Amino acid sequence: MKLAYWMYAGPAHIGTLRVASSFKNVHAIMHAPLGDDYFNVMRSMLERERDFTPVTASIVDRHVLARGSQEKVVGNITRKDREERPDLIVLTPTCTSSILQEDLQNFVNRASVTSDSDVILADVNHYRVNELQAADRTLEQVVRYYLDKARRQETLDRSVTDKPSANIIGIFTLGFHNQHDCRELKRLLQDLDIEINQVIPEGGSVQDLRNLPKAWFNLVPYREVGLMTAIYLEKIFGMPYVSTTPMGVVDTAECIRQIQRHVNKLALVSLDRTFHYESYIDQQTKFVSQAAWFSRSIDCQNLTGKKAVVFGDATHAASMTKILAREMGIRVSCAGTYCKHDAEWFKEQVQGFCDEILITDDHTEVGDMIARVEPSAIFGTQMERHIGKRLDIPCGVISSPVHIQNFPLGYRPFLGYEGTNQIADLVYNSFTLGMEDHLLEIFGGHDTKEVITKSLSTDTDLTWNYESQLELNKIPGFVRGKIKRNTEKFARQNGIADITVEVMYAAKEALNA
Amino acid sequence: MSINISETLTFECETGNYHTFCPISCVAWLYQKIEDSFFLVVGTKTCGYFLQNALGVMIFAEPRYAMAELEEGDISAQLNDYQELKRLCLQIKKDRNPSVIIWIGTCTTEIIKMDLEGMAPKLETEIGIPIVVARANGLDYAFTQGEDTVLAAMAHRCPERSLLGDEREETIQDQAMRNLFPLLPLRKGGVNPGAINNLKKHPPLVLFGSLPSTVASQLSLELRRQSIQVSGRLPAQRYTDLPSLGDGVYVCGVNPFLSRTATTLMRRRKCKLIGAPFPIGPDGTRAWIEKICSVFGIETQGLEEREQQMWETLRDYLDLVRGKSVFFMGDNLLEVSLARFLIRCGMIVYEIGIPYLDKRYQAAELLLLQNTCKEMCVPMPRIVEKPDNYNQIQRMRELQPDLAITGMAHANPLEARGINTKWSVEFTFAQIHGFTNARDVLELVTRPLRRNNSLEDLGWTSLIKGEKK
Repeated sequence: MKLAYWMYAGPAHIGTLRVASSFKNVHAIMHAPLGDDYFNVMRSMLERERDFTPVTASIVDRHVLARGSQEKVVGNITRKDREERPDLIVLTPTCTSSILQEDLQNFVNRASVTSDSDVILADVNHYRVNELQAADRTLEQVVRYYLDKARRQETLDRSVTDKPSANIIGIFTLGFHNQHDCRELKRLLQDLDIEINQVIPEGGSVQDLRNLPKAWFNLVPYREVGLMTAIYLEKIFGMPYVSTTPMGVVDTAECIRQIQRHVNKLALVSLDRTFHYESYIDQQTKFVSQAAWFSRSIDCQNLTGKKAVVFGDATHAASMTKILAREMGIRVSCAGTYCKHDAEWFKEQVQGFCDEILITDDHTEVGDMIARVEPSAIFGTQMERHIGKRLDIPCGVISSPVHIQNFPLGYRPFLGYEGTNQIADLVYNSFTLGMEDHLLEIFGGHDTKEVITKSLSTDTDLTWNYESQLELNKIPGFVRGKIKRNTEKFARQNGIADITVEVMYAAKEALNA
Repeated sequence: MSINISETLTFECETGNYHTFCPISCVAWLYQKIEDSFFLVVGTKTCGYFLQNALGVMIFAEPRYAMAELEEGDISAQLNDYQELKRLCLQIKKDRNPSVIIWIGTCTTEIIKMDLEGMAPKLETEIGIPIVVARANGLDYAFTQGEDTVLAAMAHRCPERSLLGDEREETIQDQAMRNLFPLLPLRKGGVNPGAINNLKKHPPLVLFGSLPSTVASQLSLELRRQSIQVSGRLPAQRYTDLPSLGDGVYVCGVNPFLSRTATTLMRRRKCKLIGAPFPIGPDGTRAWIEKICSVFGIETQGLEEREQQMWETLRDYLDLVRGKSVFFMGDNLLEVSLARFLIRCGMIVYEIGIPYLDKRYQAAELLLLQNTCKEMCVPMPRIVEKPDNYNQIQRMRELQPDLAITGMAHANPLEARGINTKWSVEFTFAQIHGFTNARDVLELVTRPLRRNNSLEDLGWTSLIKGEKK
């Protein structure tokens, strides 16, 4: 047992549901007790989804505990097959229901007999993996299922496309800026004359999965989800993959060069030509993206040597560390990640770019580290943003766990060349606006002239007694002033000198009348 | 689909797949209400992640709550759960030193049959802090019923009322209110409350149900106007201020989902339950006060006028809602009271979905609902326990209600399809009880109507492509 206040990565079933609900025409059934299906709320509210979330909870209650869930689960699968007509139904338990150790695979087999859609059980151990690992595994499982099926039915077309093409693997719902990143990656590939074969799982159709091997290579922008699938495709179909995250000017260039290598291997043979992206890279780096120029500008000179702390998922934390150190001359005192299972890769990536490395999923350790290091800015998750508020250190958010703030309506990628601009803005604002506040504080507040009448002053003719003052203090700060003024106005209108709790309530009613 | 005009309410149980929040969500408001408490939820990552998202930004303010996260070793009984809990509780005592630690059992503890009630007394003596065990799990309960289980557990810790003498525990606030009555000016058409200075003698009255202290004071004030003094509240602002219970104590609930607490107070603590409709809306508040007065044999003073006054203040909102139809998908167990109030406001309620309905505890409310429908000449709503959300959505597509009151899993998709929605959770956190807050309820109900009226001119009603479900 451990005392936990906050977790960076969610439970396993959330990962599975994120993958399942990202596909078009896939329905997920959660075998879980009431209340475990808050995923529907998250997706609807954070992503502002216009459609109903394709997840149904098959409720585990006392009846189910007593009699076993076969009837209910099989019944729900059959029902959703009929009502929603999905291509695939994914069944997943949650940590609670997995303890029941029911033979869910058996239920799946039974349901498959009568249902038109395919039915699979998400194969994940809920006590050993977290959200990200489960998502990775579920995606691989779905891809594998359909490729195996196609192979058996001999509908697998092993030929590649005529023109260079790529699959983008790992864009899915509730991901940190995933939708924007996807747009940017599509644009980037288009610029490189590479067609998009498929994007999975977001918006992908499981019926198209058998065409995945037609692409020339796979692009895996985020290490956490998609790598397992890419490795599988490489092993079975010999498809190369690029997993260098194109975040930051240097790494985007590196990613493009890797793409060039893979494309040219095939292009030489099938198209009798090669592709050259160096001039494109040069053009983008120096003139289209503003980040490189920003690094040279005198604004950025001022950031040289300033201390920063970076923390987040492995992909974003590693990339951010390299961007700050390499491209902007900022000193990263500590770089860390909560993806403990990827610690080795992370250490290897940030080695030499930071003073110390912290691998932990305990937010108190992160907080302690930040308090000790006292950086000028933090680049982390929402938790670090609040640590920053507490310690009065500015923070830019660069990684999940997500918050409504991370689903902006505007276009805000973190990847590609537009991403470099966004990141530069984020870094600059984090350091500078923090400075602004400190300067204002040093020079004594935002007003240079003394305020003649402060809005919350008490008039001498009215007194608030002890109880009413207590009551007033219970009211949240941003409303308090208004309530105070309204009550005092009411009191004056009715000739009351002493304001009591009763008067406060009467004032509220009078306001409504 | 025709609406049946029946003489009595019809109840159905769909036993369907519906969405509501887990009962452990009660921690979110109870830890704020009981100021010296600490809530320890014994569960898994799923529970923790839910609460983290539910508490939102409050989780960063280091609330008096933590998860005792069960790991593989705990599930497979490799670790001694008593020792583990002891270790965590000692840490909590060191960091926060609360007056009480409340263990919240979850589905997981139910399934692995962790004996929380057995371990708690032992640990309590060892560490010297009271430990209250409440099983707020999703196998048995839904959403607000979490509060029900916590209060039912706390009821056992209330001191026994001594039968000697007629001591009255006045809070400072009650005393202050009493002294300052004469200073209140006459309201037009109202009764001078200063005239009611003498409290009539009546048995002690304890109100149960968690309310913000402002609202609790407002209700006490209303009772005060009828010469009734509230001797205690469950939960109290501090654990150390729990009310005295026992034979001869009358208890009355303020919320419809507290049936377990009611039964515990009646059967185990031998209190007498006053069954009344709930104080939501002017009609409900009046009926609630009337019932309490009638049990104590006190005649009400100026109550009808007060109710009428309140209805007057709501006139502009009533004009907006009159004749409009509502569909409750159901999740927070407040549905019957809210429906009754909206019907009194002139709306038509097609269906009331509700996770669980205790017909005995809500008997007075259901009767009031029935009578309200008759008086307002509208058809009785269909009451569906454990509704099936998918079927409800199909029903809504046919019925096309003017307003759907639903949870956040369905609100956005329904809005995208041109159905006005009000997300139901807000009723749990807004102040909806009493006369003073009647307008707040209608404010919430009319907000989507007001907002979407202004969007209609822009043609932004249905925002999905093609014919999608």
